[in-house]
Amino acid sequence: MTIRSRHKVAMLAGLLAAAIAALIIATTLTRAQTPSNAIPRFADGTPNLNGIWQVNNTANWHILAHQARQGPVTALGAAFSVPGGLGVVEGNEIPYTPEAQARQKENAERWLTADPEIKCYLPGVPRATYMPYPFQIVQSGTSNDMLVAYEFASASRIIRMNTTAESPIDTWMGWSRGQWEGDTLVVDVTSFDGQSWFDRAGNFQSDRLHVVERYTLVTPDAIRYDVTIEDPELYTRPWKMSMPIYRRLEKDAQLVEYKCVEFAEELMYGHLVKQPRLPSR
Amino acid sequence: MRNTFILASSALATVILIVPSCAGSPGTSEKNWTPSRTSWGDPDIQGQWNSQTSTPLERPLTGELAGRETISEEEAEEFENSNRASFDAAPTAGDPGTYNAFWRDEGKALTRTSLIVDPPDGRIPPYTKDAEARLAAEREERRQRGPADTYKDLSLWTRCLSRGWNGIGSWYSSNYQIFQSPGYVVVFQELIHEPRIIPLDGRPRLPQGVGQWLGDSRGHWEGNTLVVETTNFDPRTNFRGSRETLHLTERYTPVDATTLDYQFTVTDSKTFTRPWTAVRPMRRQTDGISVFEYACHEGNYAMHNILAGARAEEKAAAALTSSRR
Repeated sequence: MTIRSRHKVAMLAGLLAAAIAALIIATTLTRAQTPSNAIPRFADGTPNLNGIWQVNNTANWHILAHQARQGPVTALGAAFSVPGGLGVVEGNEIPYTPEAQARQKENAERWLTADPEIKCYLPGVPRATYMPYPFQIVQSGTSNDMLVAYEFASASRIIRMNTTAESPIDTWMGWSRGQWEGDTLVVDVTSFDGQSWFDRAGNFQSDRLHVVERYTLVTPDAIRYDVTIEDPELYTRPWKMSMPIYRRLEKDAQLVEYKCVEFAEELMYGHLVKQPRLPSR
Repeated sequence: MRNTFILASSALATVILIVPSCAGSPGTSEKNWTPSRTSWGDPDIQGQWNSQTSTPLERPLTGELAGRETISEEEAEEFENSNRASFDAAPTAGDPGTYNAFWRDEGKALTRTSLIVDPPDGRIPPYTKDAEARLAAEREERRQRGPADTYKDLSLWTRCLSRGWNGIGSWYSSNYQIFQSPGYVVVFQELIHEPRIIPLDGRPRLPQGVGQWLGDSRGHWEGNTLVVETTNFDPRTNFRGSRETLHLTERYTPVDATTLDYQFTVTDSKTFTRPWTAVRPMRRQTDGISVFEYACHEGNYAMHNILAGARAEEKAAAALTSSRR
């Protein structure tokens, strides 16, 4: 190699080293400023809750801690018995009044005929969130109405943003009003007609229910869901539940219809069918 | 690097937001009207919409609308008013009657005599030979049974199973709320709280054999028009005789700040001899509460009463027969 070309090589090597060093510095700085678990946001900084979500717990069976036990249908054996779970209620206690507690016990004993889920009735809030089916959040930004579409029974609710408007009527899914507090979506839900339950263990609701939900993305793929529940009719004080909600990560994840009314018809109307029944009917 | 990207996309989004609001300022002629855009650049058609109208799907063969394709604004208004008033007429003897005008939403008749714009005669095209045979066989089978032997004998609407895709609306609550997010449009039908979730990313459809009452929708934007193609209907779907072979194409085009041009084309070569197209424009609702919870199944006393009533009638008829022997 000539002296000149050796200089060239040295210069190129030096430039290359400098470039690599700059890249390392830039990457390190970038990593420090935006951690790899930064949450998705809209251009204006609002957290982006869009996606398909689902909890992974046994809250729909029982929101308090519970051990495994026999299911209600002998023929289904271990395929449909109650799995144990740690519960989702802070302090593992629902502060019922004595009358309400007695009613909960009755409900638990006759849940096969009393639980609205079995008839495919609308699950209400917060039960819709922790049923074992996915749901989709549809959000366009900070202030437009948001839709939460649940796979179970095609239940849904509209979260009206930044409004003090009252509901004209009571409903199964309640009247949801939302606003952002920092990075947390706070949803105030009122005007329930009180016909939904909290779980399959007889924990029920009244039409004086007031629910406040808080949705906070803690990673790009997980929401921390905190709920405060109060009802002067049933409880001696407000109480809380909390659980993670996980993003469904499959490629092309989508809700698949579960319009379960037809699965409840025989149960609800079978006794009114003309006898003798034709085989096809 | 990511911060720079966020900054750049914020700047871009701001530019996108500013430009169309200049184009869409008041006083602009309809031809130049441009919808505002979402923060990620899609035409913004969010909001509550109502498509109530007295204009029938098919052009009637008799009466004031027969033989004409269009009518004047005055005639349309008169038609709408007289149609509503007719619901307040007393039912004929023996007929318990149905919803009167109080229960029917106010609408706006079109200056057309049918929602169907193609074929030009404003009528649903003839069935194929196979479809005619199939439908005749089903009618015959149905004749073997009473009006309410079992819950399956009632319509999907009466059973509160689903209204399916409900582009032709109803007597009441022809309400829709449209939601958007990056990569999605959702057309939420008030009846029966049915969100039609429409991905825009060209993803594959559900596999054949996986049917849904609302079908499976995929959409894309052509300029300011949202084009939605829906397939994978449940085999028990029955849209004017069409079954799971139904392929539905819809077009949603905002034409001014308060009107959404809505058009749908029904293609089903196993049922209809040719595709057909209809319109049902949507008007923006601004009271914020137009879309109510429609807890159909939860309040479905009709199912119980219809079945129990049919059983009571049979019992009475049987008692009468045996008392005559």
